[in-house]
Amino acid sequence: MDFFEAFPAMDRQGLRDLKKGIDSSFREFSRSYGEGIEDFFEPLLHFLVWLEKLLINAPWPIVIIGIAGLAWIGSRSWKLVAGTVIAFLVIGYFGMWKDTMATLAIISVATLLCISFGIPFGIWMARSDRVQAAITPILDVMQTIPSFVYLIPVVMLLGIGKVPGLIAVCIYAIPPLVRLTNLGIRLVDKEVLEAADAFGADYRQKLFGVQIPLALPNIFAGVNQTIMMSLAMVVIASMIGVKGLGLPVLRAVSNQYLALGLLNGLAIVILAIIFDRVSQAYGRRLQAHREGSGHD
Amino acid sequence: MVDAYKLIEKVVGMTDTKIKIKNLYKVFGADPKSAMEQVRNGVSKQDLLEKHSHVLGLRDINIDIPEKGISVIMGLSGSGKSTLIRHINRLIEPTEGQVVIDDIDILGMSIEELRAFRRNKASMVFQKFALFPHRTVMQNTAYGLTIQKIAEKEAIERSQHWIERVGLSGFENHYPAQLSGGMQQRVGLARALTTDAEILLMDEAFSALDPLIRTDMQGILLDLQAELNKTIVFITHDLDEALRIGDGITILRDGEIIQQGSPQDIVMKPADDYIADFIKDVNRSRVLQVRSIMVPAESGIGPHLDQNMPLEDALSRLSSEGVSEGSVVDQAGKVIGQIALAAAVEAIRRPERSSQDLQYR
Ligand SMILES: Nc1ncnc2c1ncn2[C@@H]1O[C@H](COP(=O)(O)OP(=O)(O)OP(=O)(O)O)[C@@H](O)[C@H]1O
Ligand SMILES: [Mg+2]
Repeated sequence: MDFFEAFPAMDRQGLRDLKKGIDSSFREFSRSYGEGIEDFFEPLLHFLVWLEKLLINAPWPIVIIGIAGLAWIGSRSWKLVAGTVIAFLVIGYFGMWKDTMATLAIISVATLLCISFGIPFGIWMARSDRVQAAITPILDVMQTIPSFVYLIPVVMLLGIGKVPGLIAVCIYAIPPLVRLTNLGIRLVDKEVLEAADAFGADYRQKLFGVQIPLALPNIFAGVNQTIMMSLAMVVIASMIGVKGLGLPVLRAVSNQYLALGLLNGLAIVILAIIFDRVSQAYGRRLQAHREGSGHD
Repeated sequence: MVDAYKLIEKVVGMTDTKIKIKNLYKVFGADPKSAMEQVRNGVSKQDLLEKHSHVLGLRDINIDIPEKGISVIMGLSGSGKSTLIRHINRLIEPTEGQVVIDDIDILGMSIEELRAFRRNKASMVFQKFALFPHRTVMQNTAYGLTIQKIAEKEAIERSQHWIERVGLSGFENHYPAQLSGGMQQRVGLARALTTDAEILLMDEAFSALDPLIRTDMQGILLDLQAELNKTIVFITHDLDEALRIGDGITILRDGEIIQQGSPQDIVMKPADDYIADFIKDVNRSRVLQVRSIMVPAESGIGPHLDQNMPLEDALSRLSSEGVSEGSVVDQAGKVIGQIALAAAVEAIRRPERSSQDLQYR
């Protein structure tokens, strides 16, 4: 009867040894490789710090003009540009300018990092079903595992700071980009690809001339998702030393400062909306050729 | 020997073979090699699918496609037409057999050689156009040249020429989605012509178009061909189209060739009930030409009729002149035969079925 009442679990001693073993071997690993890994990320850190300083130290009107310019390039919509400018003015007026710039810096670097790894991975996945079958579960894990759990090894390896924060953000934000790149390339019309073959296109010509351009709307949806998710990750990343809007939110939670939390939270939301609208408008413009408009 | 043979061919007026397909088999499925055993043992397409779960795409195809002519391959849906034409530029690898083009077996080509072959020697027009939606008409037309890394200026010039030839001037900067189906296929045709390939592969190129537009496109193709003299392989499931543009017709059913011949041969002597059924509604007086029913002769009486004149025209000519006989002349105007009004009328009647042939489902 015992068997049914208590789950036949591993005995305590064994379990403790197992956990200890894993912990100590990972510690061992981080002791011997941690520095090397840190060195590897050194340039990234410099870039991040540089961008952050640039955004914070530059006179605010210039930054706003720069952002408005980007919004215009992305969306070609005066309404969106005006909305963006007003939003940033309000954010600044409520004293969140510096934090917003810090967040902007980390989001930009995280997005660039995600793009430079996510798109090649997506392409690789699209090339072979076997690679797809191998990578898909990894992506599932990355997306579903509670972020606090993978913060632990990241912190063990790299300590507390900007780079581990950045990596945590990327782990969380990269999967949709990989998935959508893969999907976009796989969805490219077989007949169009066959036409490229029939005219003697080689692998690169097909990839860069046909597959990627036609997958671009999907890839772009992935970039949009990545930006949104890294913004969502900002608060959690601030737990391990990322500056920006997340930090005040964290402080507000532990001290029950409602107004502080609300203001900074809203600033994150506003950033998210701006990023989303601008990048979606850009994505739509990429697909302009799909519509039958402009017939004359 | 070979040269002598070629010389004889020339003198006799036969044309050279451009594409020679020999003993070609294609089996689709997980293990085509072992399924081939069954096919060689004579298992039917149906049985192969039901008992061995492999699809017989093509069985023992042998065709000589002559240079500088339009060879039509015809058959119903699923008969293997697309599969066959894709073997000619090796978009599909055969399970067995040879595809020899200009005395070179393209199945022996390396990837690079094959790419060069596709870039320079054979181009293709697709049933559903398969244009690049993100490229303009100009960029689509220039695609083959872009692939060959030809300088932009030259590429634009050459493309412009063909855009004009297919009647699309003014649409250079439009995207395919902004064009009608007929216009899109003109782009498809221009794209294929721009590489100046000797071989043009057309897989049901006009099937997706409205009847009027289709006739239009056939006209464009025939006009271009009169001047370009390419080797064209044209796939269709439409007999009228086949008869209108084909110099030679090959009929395919369930992956096998069941008849090859000139349009005249097919209409006069259908190989079996399947083909007889195919041709029963054809306007025979328009398809059949004087030469197919003439009795060879050195001299003749009656009005001179060109050997390629449709019977329709010959009949109206004879009846308007009130005679019952005419003499057939070749291009040079030399008499080569004689036809009788009665024979012409007889030929226009629907044929009796050539009974001894196989039943078809
Ligand atoms: N990749 C493939 N895998 C399995 N079977 C295939 C494949 N491609 C073609 N087939 C089969 O081969 C046969 C011939 O197909 P094919 O597309 O060549 O016919 P078709 O004559 O071009 O028909 P349609 O007029 O519909 O285009 C069909 O039975 C088809 O189901
Ligand atoms: Mg087909």
